[in-house]
Amino acid sequence: MAKVTFREDECKGCGLCTDACPKKILQLSKDKINKKGHHPAECVKPEECIGCASCAIMCPDCIITVER
Amino acid sequence: MIVFERPKSLIDVPLHYCPGCTHGIVHRLVAEAIDELGIEGKTVGIAPVGCSVMAYDYFNCDMIEAAHGRAPAVATGVKRSDPDNLIVFTYQGDGDLASIGTAETVHAAARNENITVIFINNAIYGMTGGQMAPTSLPGQVTQTSPYGRDVNLCGYPVKICEMLSELEGPEYLERVTVNSVKNVRNAKRAIKKAFQNQIDGKGFSLIEVISSCPTNWGMTPKEALQWIDDKMIPYYPLGVYKDRSAGILCNPNKEEK
Amino acid sequence: MAEKVLMKGNEAIAEAAIQAGCRHYFGYPITPQTEIAAYMAKRMPKIGGTFLQAESEIAAINMVYGVASAGKRVMTSSSSPGISLKSEGLSYLAGADLPALVVNAQRGGPGLGGIQPSQSDYFQATRGGGHGDYHMIVLAPSSVQEMAQLTIRGFELADEYRMTAMILADGTIGQMMEPVSFDFEIKEAPAKPWATTGTKMARPHNVINSLYLNAELLEKTNIERYQKYALIEEKEALAEEYMVEDADIIIAAFGIAARVSKNAVNEARASGIKAGLIRPITLWPFPKAVFAKHADHAKQIISVELSMGQMIEDVQLATQCKVPVSLCYRVGGMIPTPDQVYQAIVEANEKGGK
Repeated sequence: MAKVTFREDECKGCGLCTDACPKKILQLSKDKINKKGHHPAECVKPEECIGCASCAIMCPDCIITVER
Repeated sequence: MIVFERPKSLIDVPLHYCPGCTHGIVHRLVAEAIDELGIEGKTVGIAPVGCSVMAYDYFNCDMIEAAHGRAPAVATGVKRSDPDNLIVFTYQGDGDLASIGTAETVHAAARNENITVIFINNAIYGMTGGQMAPTSLPGQVTQTSPYGRDVNLCGYPVKICEMLSELEGPEYLERVTVNSVKNVRNAKRAIKKAFQNQIDGKGFSLIEVISSCPTNWGMTPKEALQWIDDKMIPYYPLGVYKDRSAGILCNPNKEEK
Repeated sequence: MAEKVLMKGNEAIAEAAIQAGCRHYFGYPITPQTEIAAYMAKRMPKIGGTFLQAESEIAAINMVYGVASAGKRVMTSSSSPGISLKSEGLSYLAGADLPALVVNAQRGGPGLGGIQPSQSDYFQATRGGGHGDYHMIVLAPSSVQEMAQLTIRGFELADEYRMTAMILADGTIGQMMEPVSFDFEIKEAPAKPWATTGTKMARPHNVINSLYLNAELLEKTNIERYQKYALIEEKEALAEEYMVEDADIIIAAFGIAARVSKNAVNEARASGIKAGLIRPITLWPFPKAVFAKHADHAKQIISVELSMGQMIEDVQLATQCKVPVSLCYRVGGMIPTPDQVYQAIVEANEKGGK
């Protein structure tokens, strides 16, 4: 079971992870605002994550951990 | 099992870069290379002047902040202080490496100084707020080229890999980019090779990373990555420009005449 | 008695540096100091050291910055126009608190100037040269023996106080040959736990840096650095006093100007004038106390310089204008003769004074 976790408060909401995700299951939160004032990235369908780490590879702030 | 996490050589503090700036990706690739090669304890990094001026706060190895453009000269001193035991890299932007520090860059390459140079080319001065860089494209609008870079007024961009590939000195020159998962993986391979070359005593390795500056390009992070594909790479073709050990001795993109 | 060898002043600097444990030299050719580079180019490869001819003076000083960061004794040398180019690096060395030795064999200026001796970089050397609040320790040899001795002292002081020491010489002392003894006791470099030698995974990372975006922190580092400077001014100021105890007329001169002046002082004494000489050996810190001590009994001080009058300002400050200070000078590569200085003494003795 793959799992992707974000250090939500350090996310700058750039969205590069959401574009990189091949399953298109990431989005910038529509309702949450983090400490930095950004809409942080989140996984909307965790059960569909394949643990490919594409999101983490594109994250400029290195805030994504991927487990498989 | 963790398949991806922050490399140990990247200190666990938030990076100061703008949202979507690819400096962070390249920082991580350098840190990953250092981790994987097991050289953290013997590596000394040289930070430039520019957006990545505070790189010394991010890498967990010993770090030195150099004057603008002088990182290759500082790296030369550090490397020569203990050539058998230290691994030395510089991390420089285009203003630092290709404008004010051109002489230091060219001569470190000519001497085949056994150092690793990571060159971030994003075609703009980011830190000072978006002025024309030596690598800004013809026609590119910046704060100091508000009508677009006029090549009749201020000349053409400096193509570092092409220029250095004409020298006999350097061991390895490659241009990569980080605008997609595939390209980031490729950039990682190149950066790791540039460190491995130094470990093997092969000499000067420079990796030019075509990067984005969404803030000063006036684009979203996603648009900026697309602009790399559309505008930057046609002008700055990717590839290995020199790999002496592999017998690649000239610019791969130069047309035969 | 220690064996003496006949050497040029520039060569004495190079040999002394090697004896002080300096194994890294970076430079760029410029007259009149090239003998230092030539000596290093010959010797360094034979003793496992590094001689590297840099692409510019700017590159050379930054290579020095690199070796200094890594905690080793390192030097560069140049002459006036080259020192201007190095000034950026000198400011960064100061801002990062790095020890290094820099030699300036001064030539006439401004601009490209000439290649003959001069002392017109006094302000540049004693006030720092580059941007920002800082000082270098400035040592002024006036013989080939002192070229060697002060080079060694320069390395020691640089390490002790973590700052740049500059040998402010000139073309004459660099080129002239004199017997020199290398019988020195040399202090070993202290431990440098701050150096960037790789963490070896045994300590947190070291950072060599002069950037402080926090204004309060930058102010604090400047104030602390000036506390160090105050200590140096208290402890390290050095001057030679020659027949000044009862002197009416005191010459202030350093380097080659002091050698010329000493002859003039002897001549004046022979003709019955009570003349003396104060020769600053450290130009920064300036030996203020020595001048202050003699300001009360002197009728006049004459600053003899190969400049349009630079050190004279420090003499005036040190004596708090208690005694008139005049200038006797030649510039552009010209050197005052002993007779010129003697005439100045006679004139001052006749009509000068308070």
